[in-house]
Amino acid sequence: MNDANRFASPIPLAVRDLHGHYGQSHVLHGMSFEVRRGEVVTLLGRNGAGKTSTLRAIIGILGKRSGSVVFEGVETIAMTSDRIATIGLGYCPEERGIFSALTVQENLLLPPVLKPGGMTVDEIHVLFPPLKERAKSQGTKLSGGEQQMLAIARILRTGAKTLLLDEPTEGLAPIIVQHIGEIIHTLKQRGYTIVLVEQNLRFAMSVADRHYVVEHGHVVDEVSNEQLRVKPERLDKYLSV
Amino acid sequence: MTDVFGVPLPALMGQLTLGLISGSFYAMLSLGLAVIFGLLNVVNFTHGAQFTLGAFGAWALLRYFGIPYWGSLVLAPLLVGLIGVVLEKTLLRRLYGMSDLYQLLLTFGMALVFEGLLAILFGSSGLPYDNPIPGGFNLGFMFLPYYRAWVVTFSIVMCTVTWFAIERTRLGAYLRAATEKPELVRAFGVNVPRMITITYGMGVALAALAGVLAAPMDQVKPSMGTGLIITVFAVVVIGGMGSLFGAILTGFGLGIIEALTKVYYPQGSSVAIFLIMTVVLLLKPSGLFGKTQ
Repeated sequence: MNDANRFASPIPLAVRDLHGHYGQSHVLHGMSFEVRRGEVVTLLGRNGAGKTSTLRAIIGILGKRSGSVVFEGVETIAMTSDRIATIGLGYCPEERGIFSALTVQENLLLPPVLKPGGMTVDEIHVLFPPLKERAKSQGTKLSGGEQQMLAIARILRTGAKTLLLDEPTEGLAPIIVQHIGEIIHTLKQRGYTIVLVEQNLRFAMSVADRHYVVEHGHVVDEVSNEQLRVKPERLDKYLSV
Repeated sequence: MTDVFGVPLPALMGQLTLGLISGSFYAMLSLGLAVIFGLLNVVNFTHGAQFTLGAFGAWALLRYFGIPYWGSLVLAPLLVGLIGVVLEKTLLRRLYGMSDLYQLLLTFGMALVFEGLLAILFGSSGLPYDNPIPGGFNLGFMFLPYYRAWVVTFSIVMCTVTWFAIERTRLGAYLRAATEKPELVRAFGVNVPRMITITYGMGVALAALAGVLAAPMDQVKPSMGTGLIITVFAVVVIGGMGSLFGAILTGFGLGIIEALTKVYYPQGSSVAIFLIMTVVLLLKPSGLFGKTQ
């Protein structure tokens, strides 16, 4: 398949019967879901359900994985993470993954540009002003919210149009969470496809088109955002402690 | 004649120069070790042998190909660095993620193999390598051979260039990032395994470069790296693995301290560094510039 056809596909990411291991433990038990182009889709579920492991398996950094992950028409299950990323996948890890040995600017410029169409540093500075003001600070000296913005901003430069965001709101103040919600809306308007791992249901409902509920390493339910708005109690049995 | 604490000035300055020379070698070697350890998390016990390979490389290039010292300064590190690249790709790579003990056994074993091969090929008695720049400066209070001035200057330049390349450039940012979170850097699309190979090659090339510098100062012989590297490991322990600047500073500093001990308490000169190592280990186990984990 040539590039033009590949990127015309309406399903940039399709996960089928994905199994994964973390060390000795079997953490993913046949995850299956797909994401349509331009959609924001969340993976919801309790702690330890396998949401983070799913993102790690998609980008190829989970210890061992099997099944099928088709990204932009390419079967990536046997690929290393650097090759998967190069197809055009941006990854924002849990706990943000800011490098302490690098300045804010160096953190921002670290991920290599994978393909044309990414944002310029100037555009990013307009979206995230603190990253310009504090360009020379050590990356980890930023506040939690600023670090989260840096973690998202640095993958916007690369030209990747599909983003994996792992709990971008974790541990942040409501006002910052709101800002991150606005950023996700902006990205959606610009045509990005986003897979979001979330614990914060309200936040998830404010940004997403669809939700997959994950339990014990596989998808147990799929619900559109409209359905969830009408009947929010539908998720209670999965998410309540 | 002026005395400094009962020692004639020329004698003191002579020893200080020697201290700077030792310091130059300590700094270049511990810098290479620190760069390799940072990214590979491997203590490269082959480092001394790779230093020796550099010296023999210079000798062989001159003897068999007529390539003079200045050519060897570039060629020998390149060739030895390539041997390092092959070593990493074929053997060392298989041991990542295994117990440190296996890496120690491999790198130490490779050192013995290289030294053994050199002894078989060239004998163990030592080969002469002519000083490329005989003569020296008469500074009035002392005579400074050109070659010694060259070694110290060149070593400072190389250490600074290495430090700058890693701490202040785009490429160095990749190296620092991969040292911290290799998995994430790879998930951004960077071929980290290739970076590791190149870094090992560069660290090894730095050792070989020090070997070329050492060739005209003493005889070129298979054991020349072994004695030096033991001291260098002590230097690394004192400085700590965390900081490149620390490795450079500790290298030069300890060279000078060792020289001063030679002047004022000659009996203690061979143990001075190890004594300092003991004290540092007692007070700050991660080293003077090390980061506590």
